[in-house]
Amino acid sequence: MTTATTPLRTGRVTQLRVLNSEWIKLRTLRSTFWSLFAAIVATVGLGMLFSWGFASRLGDHRHPIEHAATIAVTVPLRPYVIAQLAVGVLGVMVITGEYSTGMIRATLSAVPGRLPVLWAKAAVFSVVVLVLMEIVSFVTFLGGQAILSTHHVQATLSSPQALRIVAGVGLYLTVVGLLGTALGAIIRSTAGAIAALFGILLVLPVLGEVLNLTSWGKHVSPYLPSNAGGDLLTNTPDPGSLGPWTGFGVFVLYTAIAMAVAAYLLKRRDA
Amino acid sequence: MIEAKGLTKRYGDKTAVNDLSFTVKPGVVTGFLGPNGAGKSTTMRMILGLDRPTSGSVTVNGRPHADHAAPLHEVGALLEAKAIHTGRTAYNHLLALAATTGIPRGRVDEVIDLVGLRDVARRRAGGFSLGMGQRLGIASALLGDPRTLILDEPVNGLDPEGILWIRNLLKDLAAEGRAVFVSSHLMSEMALTAEHLIVIGRGKLIADTSVTEFIERASAGRVKVRSPQAARLRDLLAGPDVTVADIAEGTLLVSGLTSDQIGTIAGDNGVTLFELAPQQASLEEAFMELTGESVEYRAPARTAERSAA
Repeated sequence: MTTATTPLRTGRVTQLRVLNSEWIKLRTLRSTFWSLFAAIVATVGLGMLFSWGFASRLGDHRHPIEHAATIAVTVPLRPYVIAQLAVGVLGVMVITGEYSTGMIRATLSAVPGRLPVLWAKAAVFSVVVLVLMEIVSFVTFLGGQAILSTHHVQATLSSPQALRIVAGVGLYLTVVGLLGTALGAIIRSTAGAIAALFGILLVLPVLGEVLNLTSWGKHVSPYLPSNAGGDLLTNTPDPGSLGPWTGFGVFVLYTAIAMAVAAYLLKRRDA
Repeated sequence: MIEAKGLTKRYGDKTAVNDLSFTVKPGVVTGFLGPNGAGKSTTMRMILGLDRPTSGSVTVNGRPHADHAAPLHEVGALLEAKAIHTGRTAYNHLLALAATTGIPRGRVDEVIDLVGLRDVARRRAGGFSLGMGQRLGIASALLGDPRTLILDEPVNGLDPEGILWIRNLLKDLAAEGRAVFVSSHLMSEMALTAEHLIVIGRGKLIADTSVTEFIERASAGRVKVRSPQAARLRDLLAGPDVTVADIAEGTLLVSGLTSDQIGTIAGDNGVTLFELAPQQASLEEAFMELTGESVEYRAPARTAERSAA
């Protein structure tokens, strides 16, 4: 008996159904759980550790820290630099996991329009990472400030720029993940896409520091993706930086361009 | 129903599929035969819209695959056993595919039972044997209860029981009125399963014919004759369109005459016959004869010079 005994609705492929399919795919892989777990542990754990370290330095009254109250805002959230690696890897694997296993052919023959798959992957991933990392960011901030409060230099959400920075961590990490997804769709190999993403996030800033030494380079370096994106998460901007929302906007623009290239290639290339 | 017209795929200066035209009709199992590298998988990927043809076109149930609103209900495909994410369970793999066109969970359970994967449905596909992977691939193909099925080498990795199962499954699917298109490089398998054959070599169509015709054509009316008076018979049979070959002591292979004609000539001349047998080439032989020149990769023939050296 091969014919369906359950009558099948002659369903059409819709964006909503593809979203549901991608949601099933994301939540049924252990790698999703482990990457997010790593991102959460790194952010909360290191956040507490940094806060505790900063607090003990505050306790050393022989060497007072200048602008301690300003620094206190960002101290617990600095581990975002580590968390972005875990989130970025997950963003890459959302798509390259399908290429490396051959699953992509099953996916694209079920959804021959192809683009709904990319949009659904990006959307499902964004919502999950954004919601989760916003919660993590607020928890880490409040936890870190509780540690700092023992030395009475803690910041609150109403401290200058604090709310923007705390909320910004979730936004920034989500965009990093989306950049990973776009690179994954373009490069189609896990190793290659991760290398490209880490190159952009970790190697380019180093290059930027070299650029800063030249007179023309100073004008280029603020536009490097991670420098621009990082503007959202600092209250001590480098001179010449683009400002929090302009910088973040530039970072989003890069990601949007990468996503557009990914969409074009996905549609055109043989799967 | 699959219709290919002038289907061509080039990769750089290498032509994988060359001006291929054929029709896969509903209600029969159509075998897609060719040596490895002949272009079978490329053709199947083009049918499913995964690869874009360099020129030509192909439709499934009257439309290009990409134009179907609900492709899983039109065509089900097993492209390669491992087109499955290794980290996901069989059940969740099917559930995710089903979700794209709103196929209910009940159908997922149904196809799992149908392919006999109930016991392992909650295990991750990465640990599956090749045979279990094939069954899961077939389950995904059947998910949408499609009118057309495309299966690339479905018997690969299956044990004898699994091979028998798939043979019967394919025949049942065709008997239900579906178009079933199955590729294989195993002729013997196709002889047992398929009714119609599309044979390609180096991307070109070699034959588009029924299995029976295919074998007959390759046999081309050869008759084996064994006689104690072989030399005399040989002279008697000689004629303009007749070729006679000695294949063993007292045994001739005759082409150009039917066994009836040979028997009559022998009887009229009082020649004793021990054996008079029309030759049926096996599908294997027929295939080798037709594709002999179009095999892409072959081990170099051992030559006299090499063995002498």
